[in-house]
Amino acid sequence: MSATPLLLGAVAYDPKVVTIWDGFQQYFEERGLRFDYILYTTYERQVEALFAGHIHVAWNSPLAWLQSQRLAGRLGRRAEAIAMRDTDRDLSSVIIIRENSSIHSVADLKGRRVAAGAKDSPQATLIPLYFLAQQGLEPHRDFEVAMFDRMLGKHGDHIGGERDAARALARGECDAACLLDSNLLLFTQEGVLPPGIRAIAKTPLYDHCNFTVLDNNMGDEVRRFRELLLGMAYSDPQVRRLLDLEGLKRWLPGRTQGYELLSSAVEHFRCLDSFVAAVAARCM
Amino acid sequence: MHVDLEGLGFERGGSLLVKRALRRAGPAGIVTVTGQAADLDVHLRAWCRAEGHEFHWRDDSGTGCAVVVRGSAFDERWSRAERAGSADPFEPEAVVEHPPQRWGLAGRGALVESGGPEFHFMLDRKVEVWSADAARIYAQAAAAQWDPATAIPWETQFDLPREVEDAVVQIMTYLIENETAALVVPSRFVAQMHPHFREVMQALAIQAADEARHVEVFTRRALLKNKYLGLSTAGGQASLQTLVEEADFATASFLLSVLGEGTFLSLLWFIERHAPDPVTAAVCRLAAQDEARHVAFGMAHLREHILADPSIRGTLMDAVRRRHEALRHTAGLNAEVFDALVLLAAGSWSPADIAKGYDAVSTLVEEMHNSRKKRLLKLHFNEAEAEEMSRLHTRNFM
Repeated sequence: MSATPLLLGAVAYDPKVVTIWDGFQQYFEERGLRFDYILYTTYERQVEALFAGHIHVAWNSPLAWLQSQRLAGRLGRRAEAIAMRDTDRDLSSVIIIRENSSIHSVADLKGRRVAAGAKDSPQATLIPLYFLAQQGLEPHRDFEVAMFDRMLGKHGDHIGGERDAARALARGECDAACLLDSNLLLFTQEGVLPPGIRAIAKTPLYDHCNFTVLDNNMGDEVRRFRELLLGMAYSDPQVRRLLDLEGLKRWLPGRTQGYELLSSAVEHFRCLDSFVAAVAARCM
Repeated sequence: MHVDLEGLGFERGGSLLVKRALRRAGPAGIVTVTGQAADLDVHLRAWCRAEGHEFHWRDDSGTGCAVVVRGSAFDERWSRAERAGSADPFEPEAVVEHPPQRWGLAGRGALVESGGPEFHFMLDRKVEVWSADAARIYAQAAAAQWDPATAIPWETQFDLPREVEDAVVQIMTYLIENETAALVVPSRFVAQMHPHFREVMQALAIQAADEARHVEVFTRRALLKNKYLGLSTAGGQASLQTLVEEADFATASFLLSVLGEGTFLSLLWFIERHAPDPVTAAVCRLAAQDEARHVAFGMAHLREHILADPSIRGTLMDAVRRRHEALRHTAGLNAEVFDALVLLAAGSWSPADIAKGYDAVSTLVEEMHNSRKKRLLKLHFNEAEAEEMSRLHTRNFM
């Protein structure tokens, strides 16, 4: 066992992040894995810290995964997604409209105003806007985009921007809005969205967060970390409250085929290039 | 298993029907879901993901149909749950000897999820608190609650000589502070009682509520024809302080209910008998009826406690002696209250009546002693112990 604890990076998008990782730290330590965590204000800081060797594992958003993957490619290193939540698999985003709207299909959005979340949100901005582009409607050219930027750098984990987009639709300030599928029900139940809101389109399925490691660094500790994650049982009351807070029922092995849609989106919007180039230059 | 939600959407409760079908389908059971509500597939997929169920979309019929495979999260959540005894206290094992703190506020008989917070109820031993009579006494108390606004003939016209009215006010002032002590003591222990002992908690709570009414009606009687209350003495408060600050449940209960309220029963009936007006008589009669229940409850759980752990008798005797020592240098019952009781019993200022009144109060004190002794004997103290403890009881009565 190494004298250095396995260091994990997570982004502090909500105060509950401290509760979650304090709880997991205790769980890992009780099982013989020395573990600590560092919180970052943005995923960009966290990705750079992973490449600088400040942390061994990054709890990454899908966009941060792509940033890591591209940086690794640029620097001749190897990024690996070792685990993810069951709820990170097979998400979709929806384009929603008000009841009695004159919009009936994606094509009707031409010339209209569409609300989106934070500009770095895969689920409320990048993927649905790319989806519309694939349908022949280029954002900012064929329709106006009302961006609701909240906490840039959190990659939409803080759903405030998405909620603001939904409110703008409800108030009639926009003609459509982009949301994560589960937030459509959440915002309706919260009363943010009035009854009668419906989706005119949904994107193909995609995956969300993963634990990212580089170059098999701290191989034994990472293997033990992954083994402990995958062994967590929802029946165990010690971890169940943490799993509930983190929004999962069980951890699953990482998979990367679910990031293709987002990868195409960031290519299309060229939104990773400058970050990847700048960090790569600092790491050379 | 199949569920047709018809036009019902997830935003209006569709998940209830799907959950019900999944429960019936059993572990790893499969449920197909159809419906005409807008975005059903979007909501159902997101809901399944959050709940840990598998979701598939089958489009072989052309109209589309969701296939949901029940996940294990629900069963896992409840797999280590515990049944917290049984609601009916007369069922075997219904009330456990030492309920875990993790059962917290759950009702007795509930299925308690594992992983809940640990509470810190200090009174968590059945032997210390339980009485099989608690449920009956609580039910009796609940049925006997009276409304201070209507149960007392407040409107009855009467005029007492000034000094007699003053005597009543002084007695009421004394009763108020004693009943306040009797409210504070059970209230404190209610907050420390493990809710598993529901009937005991309820009996204590209704006891506190009884005292709240007593404080109200005694205050109202005192102020019926006066602006101010009477005198509150340092000695009286010192005596009550030893009661209010007693930290041990059994000891506090013994001092308050068996010795204090037991003594008060005689006092309240004495005042009722000699009351110069119908309002004073009514407030004392109603209060005495309630106090009798408090005494019965104290006797019931202490009898069971002493049977289970006879060594506690020594602790209780020590407590009486300690309290006596602590109060040795105080005046006991204040002279104003004693004089007021004499005047009430006398009915006039004539020397012969005052002598009669004095004798009546002396008889009352002796009656109080005899009643205390009887109760102590019922709690399995011997004659000598009962005599000593009763004699050492505070001269302030409560």
